[in-house]
Amino acid sequence: MFGWEFPPHISGGLGTACFGLSKALLKTGVELLFVVPKLYGDEEPGSVRLIDASDVEVDVSDSIYRTHQDKITFMEIDSTLLPYSSEEEYFRLVEQLESGTTLEQLNLDTRRFHFAGGYGKNLMEEVHRYAIVASAIGREQEFDLVHAHDWLTYMAGVEASRVSGKPLVVHMHATEFDRSGDNINHRVFEIEKAGMEAADIVIAVSDLTRNVVINRYGISPGKVITVHNGVEPPVSSQPMKINKGLDGKIVTFLGRITFQKGPEYFIEAAHKVLQKLPDVHFVMAGSGDLLPSMIRRVAKLGMASRFHFTGFLKGDDVDKMFGMSDVYVMPSVSEPFGISPLEAMRSNVPVIISRQSGVAEVLHHALKIDYWDVDAMADAIYGLLQYPSLSKMFRNYGKTEVESIKWDQAGNKVKDIYHQLLSG
Amino acid sequence: MHMKSICLYFQVHQPYRLSAYRFFDIGIHQQYFDEYANRFIMQQVAEKCYLPANKILLSLIREYGGDFRVSFSISGIALEQFEKYSPAVLSSFQELAATSSVEFLSETWAHSLASLKSKKEFETQVRMHEKKTREYFGQKPVTFRNTELVYSNDIGNLVYDLGYRTLLTEGAKHILGWKSPNMLYCSAANPKLKLLLKNFRLSDDIAFRFSDRSWKEWPLTSEKFIDWIKGAGPKEELINLFMDYETFGEHHWVETGIFDFLKAFPRQVIDDPGLGFRTPAELSETLQPVAGLHIPYPISWADEERDITAWLGNELQDEAFDKLYSLEQKIRDLGDDELKRQWRYLQTSDHFYYMCTKWFSDGDVHKYFNPYNSPYDAFINYMNVLSDLSLRIEKRHRSKA
Repeated sequence: MFGWEFPPHISGGLGTACFGLSKALLKTGVELLFVVPKLYGDEEPGSVRLIDASDVEVDVSDSIYRTHQDKITFMEIDSTLLPYSSEEEYFRLVEQLESGTTLEQLNLDTRRFHFAGGYGKNLMEEVHRYAIVASAIGREQEFDLVHAHDWLTYMAGVEASRVSGKPLVVHMHATEFDRSGDNINHRVFEIEKAGMEAADIVIAVSDLTRNVVINRYGISPGKVITVHNGVEPPVSSQPMKINKGLDGKIVTFLGRITFQKGPEYFIEAAHKVLQKLPDVHFVMAGSGDLLPSMIRRVAKLGMASRFHFTGFLKGDDVDKMFGMSDVYVMPSVSEPFGISPLEAMRSNVPVIISRQSGVAEVLHHALKIDYWDVDAMADAIYGLLQYPSLSKMFRNYGKTEVESIKWDQAGNKVKDIYHQLLSG
Repeated sequence: MHMKSICLYFQVHQPYRLSAYRFFDIGIHQQYFDEYANRFIMQQVAEKCYLPANKILLSLIREYGGDFRVSFSISGIALEQFEKYSPAVLSSFQELAATSSVEFLSETWAHSLASLKSKKEFETQVRMHEKKTREYFGQKPVTFRNTELVYSNDIGNLVYDLGYRTLLTEGAKHILGWKSPNMLYCSAANPKLKLLLKNFRLSDDIAFRFSDRSWKEWPLTSEKFIDWIKGAGPKEELINLFMDYETFGEHHWVETGIFDFLKAFPRQVIDDPGLGFRTPAELSETLQPVAGLHIPYPISWADEERDITAWLGNELQDEAFDKLYSLEQKIRDLGDDELKRQWRYLQTSDHFYYMCTKWFSDGDVHKYFNPYNSPYDAFINYMNVLSDLSLRIEKRHRSKA
């Protein structure tokens, strides 16, 4: 299995998902070799066998080496490649920006790449080098099939599968369209497309993503299978109780303030709700490229005293924010899965989610709206604030529902896919 | 040989569906009901079900005279919608009424659950419905069937007090135990009230399973069905087949052969010397109850549980239901016909059914009947409408005081 990150060194969805799935697969009896570009030495000990790509020796006389090495020379980082991240990661990434792969010459023909890991400036270069290393791994290690997570690892997966002749599964956690809207990075798109075309099976994290894979990448529907993500059980089971300093109810948006997350629809809905319920507070937590224009829009609508920006929240502050919230809204324009509403539900906060999210496919106890339908969003917010039995229902059932969305189900499904591939 | 009586009762009902009513519509306008959808659905069901089915029944009655008998319960708001949107359906029912082979049953005008909440409102609606039945069909109903066949000892007493001696309800397993639904019973709390119980297995063979190709008995022929009926024990003197009339042509489309079944089944019953048709009133008059049934908690014809949890019991339903009936006294005090009418439209059981969360796990049957994406959406929309109605009532009440 090729990943790009592993707990605790993760920057959001991808690492968490790989970890959850790996643990579930191990439980089903599947043996895993999990390759990451760089190990930090403090990874969670467990039964996942981790391989550090930086330790693998590479034969430079190999033609694969040359193919990829040639491409690497002109690759440059593009800021839209920063993929899964919360803002927290962004700041961490900045520190890495200057770092990249370094080379260790072992002897004339053998080298080791020391990957920077994460999402540094030389990301594209690292992606190619990762493929070189993967072919070495594909030759040396014993395994039955290759499973690669997201475009960063697709070339690695393809190489490992090619040199070993073993089947390839690629896993689509987020497509380039989810990250960039319609202004996609074509190089990334091509890597995604080539990886999926080469694969025997493509796993999509939702039906929504599956449709994107089929319609926008032209992948044959017969080999694209949806396996919904699970959720890791919380570290502490008690939701945080908070004394809020504000009177009145609080409606929260929490996430990157980018096109993909649909913050402007939240603002328009807030405006509608405030016409009827002047005592409500709205909070937009997070930062991102749309933040300045969102602040301007709120000011223009004359509701700045009721609409608050917190900037980027981390760690405990996120839990505190949930603890204060009466409603959580995720108006995402495009969300392959979307874990944050589940976190809100776990804190007993009723959620409104857009139908354009994978998580909407698995949740019953949530209000679902189309992200562009500001009227419906406003109506849902109003309903949750005004009709007490609605929040009560969500509190009664939401938490239980979240706890039932387990990685074990995903693990079993993936194992079945493996079996089918190996027996067919 | 003792003759077995088959009692056919068909329920006819269409709710007034609500418009998408947002909170910012509250206090602004009162277009609560989706005129377009209600008209469209009524006309569509008329074409697919009511008109062709009535035609078949009428020709059977003309052919067999009094040997073919059937009963209907038509909710008051369905009658009202026939008048508004599809008068041809109303006249076809009137033609059936004129044959005197058809019994029209009594129910609440608004197809409401008032029997569970307000004795006074229940009585008012039963009287309204009686009046309409007399007006349209020239009959004074003598048999009662409550919305969704909801029944309990208490409801039996209410109905008895209104002058009824015969009532239809569900042959729920949990109240019958080893007893057969194929006999006449009475209320243990009030033995003068006779109870006819739905044979749910045979009724649902037609209503739910007829077009189900995965059912091992598919296809259901009238020969097979009559064999099952005759398979009942010698002491089982009646078979109550109770179902939605929309079974014919709407739940099962014409292509499934449901209308052929509707034509063939009565002929074969009439041709069989051991079988015959009776209406509920006739059965109640000719048979003696075999035992009393004690039913302390309300039963209904819905779901496996046969209780009232499809309409009431979750937080959403209870809040909506309580709020709705909390307006009763003020509505009466105001005496405004328009407010009353709208309040009654909101009492229709369908609105509460849309808010049911039971079938998140199992639910196809229910999704079919539910215009909302989720019970939460149904609840919010309903509460918005109710909030507006409630505001208007408060306002009028204050200005009056």
